[in-house]
Amino acid sequence: MVSVVYEAPDSIQDAVKLLATSKVKANVLAGGTDLLVQMRGQHEPRLIVDVKKIASMMAANVSADGVALGPAVPSAELSARDDIKAIFPGLVEAAYLIGSTQVQGRCSVGGNLCNSSPAADTIPALIANRAQCVIEGPDGERTVAVEDFVTGVQRNCMTKGELLTMIKLPQPAPRTSDAYLRFIPRTEMDIAVAGAGVSITLGEDGTCTDARVAIGAVAVTALLVPEAAAALIGSKLDDAALQAAADAASAASKPITDRRGTIEYRKHVVGVLVKRAAKIAAERAGG
Amino acid sequence: MSEAQDYKYIGQRTIRPDGYDKVTGRANYAADLALPNMIWGKVLRSPHAHAKIKSIDTSAAEAHPDVFAVATHADIPNQRNPGALNILAKDKALYHGHAVAAVAARTEQAAEEALGLIKVDYEVLTPVMNLDDAMAPNAPLIHDQLFTNGLPEKPSKPSNVASRMEMSKGDIEAGFKEADIVIEREFRTPTVHQGYIEPHACTVRYDADGQSMIWCSTQGHFDVRGSTANMLNIEHSKLKVIASEIGGGFGGKTTVYIEPVAMILSRKSGRPVKIQMDRDEVFKGSGPASATRNKVKIGARKDGTITAMEAHLYYESGAFPGAAPLGPGCMTIFTPYDVENQYVEGFDVVVNKPKVAAYRAPGAPQSEFACEMVINELADELGIDPIDFRLKNAAKEDTQTLYGPKLKAVGLVECLEAAKSSPHYQSALEQGVGRGVAAGFWFNIGGVSSVIINMNPDGTGTVLEGSPDIGGSRASMQMMAAEELQLPIETFTTIIPDTAHLAHNDTTGGSRTTFATGMAVIEAAADVVRQFKERAAAVWNVTPEQVQWTDGVAINANGEDKMTAAEICANAGRTGGQITGRGNINARGAGPSFGVHIADIKVDRETGKADVVRYTAIQDAGKAIHPSYVEGQYQGGAAQGIGWSMNEEYIYNKDGLLENPGFLDYRIPLASDLPMIETIIVEVPNSFHPYGVRGVGETGIIPPLAACGTAVSKSIGIRMTELPLSPPRILKAIQEAS
Amino acid sequence: MSKSHITTTINGDVREFLCDPSDTLLSVLRDNLGLTGTKEGCGTGDCGACSVTVNGRLVCSCLVLGVEAEGAEIGTVEGIGSSDKLHVIQQKFLEHAALQCGICTPGLIVSTKALLEENPNPTEDEARYYLAGNLCRCTGYDKIIRAVLDSAETLRGAA
Repeated sequence: MVSVVYEAPDSIQDAVKLLATSKVKANVLAGGTDLLVQMRGQHEPRLIVDVKKIASMMAANVSADGVALGPAVPSAELSARDDIKAIFPGLVEAAYLIGSTQVQGRCSVGGNLCNSSPAADTIPALIANRAQCVIEGPDGERTVAVEDFVTGVQRNCMTKGELLTMIKLPQPAPRTSDAYLRFIPRTEMDIAVAGAGVSITLGEDGTCTDARVAIGAVAVTALLVPEAAAALIGSKLDDAALQAAADAASAASKPITDRRGTIEYRKHVVGVLVKRAAKIAAERAGG
Repeated sequence: MSEAQDYKYIGQRTIRPDGYDKVTGRANYAADLALPNMIWGKVLRSPHAHAKIKSIDTSAAEAHPDVFAVATHADIPNQRNPGALNILAKDKALYHGHAVAAVAARTEQAAEEALGLIKVDYEVLTPVMNLDDAMAPNAPLIHDQLFTNGLPEKPSKPSNVASRMEMSKGDIEAGFKEADIVIEREFRTPTVHQGYIEPHACTVRYDADGQSMIWCSTQGHFDVRGSTANMLNIEHSKLKVIASEIGGGFGGKTTVYIEPVAMILSRKSGRPVKIQMDRDEVFKGSGPASATRNKVKIGARKDGTITAMEAHLYYESGAFPGAAPLGPGCMTIFTPYDVENQYVEGFDVVVNKPKVAAYRAPGAPQSEFACEMVINELADELGIDPIDFRLKNAAKEDTQTLYGPKLKAVGLVECLEAAKSSPHYQSALEQGVGRGVAAGFWFNIGGVSSVIINMNPDGTGTVLEGSPDIGGSRASMQMMAAEELQLPIETFTTIIPDTAHLAHNDTTGGSRTTFATGMAVIEAAADVVRQFKERAAAVWNVTPEQVQWTDGVAINANGEDKMTAAEICANAGRTGGQITGRGNINARGAGPSFGVHIADIKVDRETGKADVVRYTAIQDAGKAIHPSYVEGQYQGGAAQGIGWSMNEEYIYNKDGLLENPGFLDYRIPLASDLPMIETIIVEVPNSFHPYGVRGVGETGIIPPLAACGTAVSKSIGIRMTELPLSPPRILKAIQEAS
Repeated sequence: MSKSHITTTINGDVREFLCDPSDTLLSVLRDNLGLTGTKEGCGTGDCGACSVTVNGRLVCSCLVLGVEAEGAEIGTVEGIGSSDKLHVIQQKFLEHAALQCGICTPGLIVSTKALLEENPNPTEDEARYYLAGNLCRCTGYDKIIRAVLDSAETLRGAA
């Protein structure tokens, strides 16, 4: 007879201790929208550490430094935060795109990140916004950039006993905004076939002075594409610059053919998304 | 003729009698029954598409402390039953997900664990996953002894082609010689699933005295009894099947999968057994509909007269021969057209996929898609409006069908005219939007229905009918009983009792329920009227012929005497016993239903994504008993057809394993994917039904394939020939053309 | 396997149950508490038939653990409308013939109620997107959306 143990600690220290000392497979439970699906039909012993009773995991604070986002904040709650949406509309859109209304009630940016799917919607948006992961473990705290957090398909840099405790989004420069777009075959409910998160900073004359472009579902991890950003920086986001960024994204992508799309299709569409997302981000930055 | 009649009750939009239970969550579906001492069954399924089963070792599972019984094919008492090999595989696993063994255990979890303890020794064979591979010269054989039926000469070698059939009329060669223009195209459609939201489930009890019971979700509980009784050598009188509320079927719940398995487990364990499929088991182990490759050639004169129509149809049957709905595919393809020279040849081909099951107008969407696409291309080439082109060649009363009978009065012309004058067709097209029109034909069936109306002492009546209600048919039955007896609708309650309470009823399918079971209700109601007259006559001491039944009251023609139903029923014990009306019929004369759909689709040329922006479904109902549920059938059929056209398909990997057995990647339409679906009910009465009813359930899934196929083709200016019209396929076509 | 003892509130009633820590809220509702109005269509959060509210928020009960119900307020279809009077949404679903087989209906009623509490005046598009996670295979959604918009109008009139 196998056993599953459920714990709901109210402090990060207790959670880390539980995770670090577990003799069986240990899973962190935030919204559970990935974990519960993965647990179906699995019967090995397991420790489930529910982190939703830890106040900081469920809080999102806006300050002059930016946004400190508790990893387990449900997307539905994040989407309702106009103060965060005002700074990072693209990130909030990305979080809003995950699953149905029902899934929104549970899923979180931290969960999306820790599940580390190549197609995760929030990861390109986080990378575009220079987000940092604060990780706490038995040996203390460390901070990792989101682009370095995910290391492979459903793999990340966290080791046994470590917990993602905060996602830090630095306050963007003035006249900066972001956008995230993904492609799915239907209008809802699908996993991204390709995704693109873009952050744009505009000078007073409308020239793009800084940009970050990240793409998803087109490689084993989301990719930061400096070549695409370089194509935008210095331009007024004219068609040629947008197309150059699109081409750079297509070139940087290394997709596979699977039930959701082909290599050729994904390479093409990720470019289209970069182009369109850059336009939206620029409009927001200028407005 | 019924059209001139004024009806008192039918044609209204009443609240369905089972509605209250369904909006409050009280209605009980297949998975909702638990019995005392019940245990849980689970099915072990093949992880391979094609494999020899060398041995199955169940000893470790049997030793599991929570396991009560284990079953394999060897436990099926009647080994000669033709369906038994699909219920539990014997020597070979023939598709990914083919049931191989089953266990019953104290909990669902324990049953799942125990499945992991069963050791099956497989010898993996090369899978045969599509028509091309199955028919290749040296294709691996799925069945060693399968020789093609229906060839002029018996073949000397076995193959994967199970059968060939042909139908013809006129002189096809002469017809093409008369044509000024001939278009020939080949089309492909994917494997699709019915996609009902309720997974198959059953709770089964076999008692030591030989009495047994099945509670399950089915379109035909009498057929569940028949198949299970035959497979397990049980007498029909000792097997009671109760049809739960059914959470969608669309043809996919006309057969048994888990019921006989649960019965074997119950018999072995002495406990009630419940099995409910997971969603991935539904996709892997039930359904689907045939994937097809269909070649159509049509010739026409410059004036728009079609002179010849020819088709060669290839239908996947799944792993077992003869399951493909090839006959209906051949029968329906050219019926919308009154064309003298027609020829159809069809092949049923086995592949390593689940055994094909019925899906709403089985076989017709695939073949008619091919025909309608060519019709639209011909209309374009001839410079004729596609509706006018169809009107010029439309089938009507006395048109000789390819498959036998001449058509009686049918409503195709009326549907085409309604389509032409519809607000949708009259509307202008926005830039980039393509519009497609297509017709659809389904013959409909009648069949055996048995109905009893028990009149109660207070004058109310209970209608007992045997057609599981998949879309609101209980409301229609109540309304027809009310109409015939001229009593308020609320007088009647309609229930669908178990198999012990009625004589056999054919399965709900073929759009037969409102037509055939409705006729049985009308006959049973007429039987009640006859007895009402007799009872009143006895009281008044006149002959029954002297009594009239008018507006729900018996009237003595010779005087002022009147007697209500309530009075007759209250007195029934003293006038000869209680009153029961019977209607046991084999309904003939099902009226075909034609339909015409219009789709507007806009394609994003950069991503290949197609959006349906406007949609209209027009169909002949003969007479709409409950117009809301008739519209619901049109809209539901349209939505399924749109799904089939745009995104739905089984995706297999190179090893023949199904990669999308879930609603995440088997993409049925969502609320946000569709516009409102406009409907027009055309009513050309079916002269064989007292009220003119035609079945309406199936036709609606046929036209969407070509309507959407044409709309996408028009939007991008490229003729598409393969479904689904998924974004990668559309984008590829755009890129290749530029 | 040791069972967890959970105390929760379901449709206003305090309920206690024992469950395995790996049991979903859906299986607890259906198999432990006999609340079979909540349906299972997929078990993976892709169909919405098991929609319930937890502390007022719409979720798929197949993606919630039973143990997470401790101290929570759960709302299911059985708690909507009273025994003698249907909720407006239920009545409108009947009037508009917004159901055929009815298996998706409990989930849609729960989701529609959540929608109209969040947004009393949704556009057709907003209703369609909010309800995109509630699959219906019978109706093509037309009559469902009409019932939802009519419910919204009626409820606004009553407010």
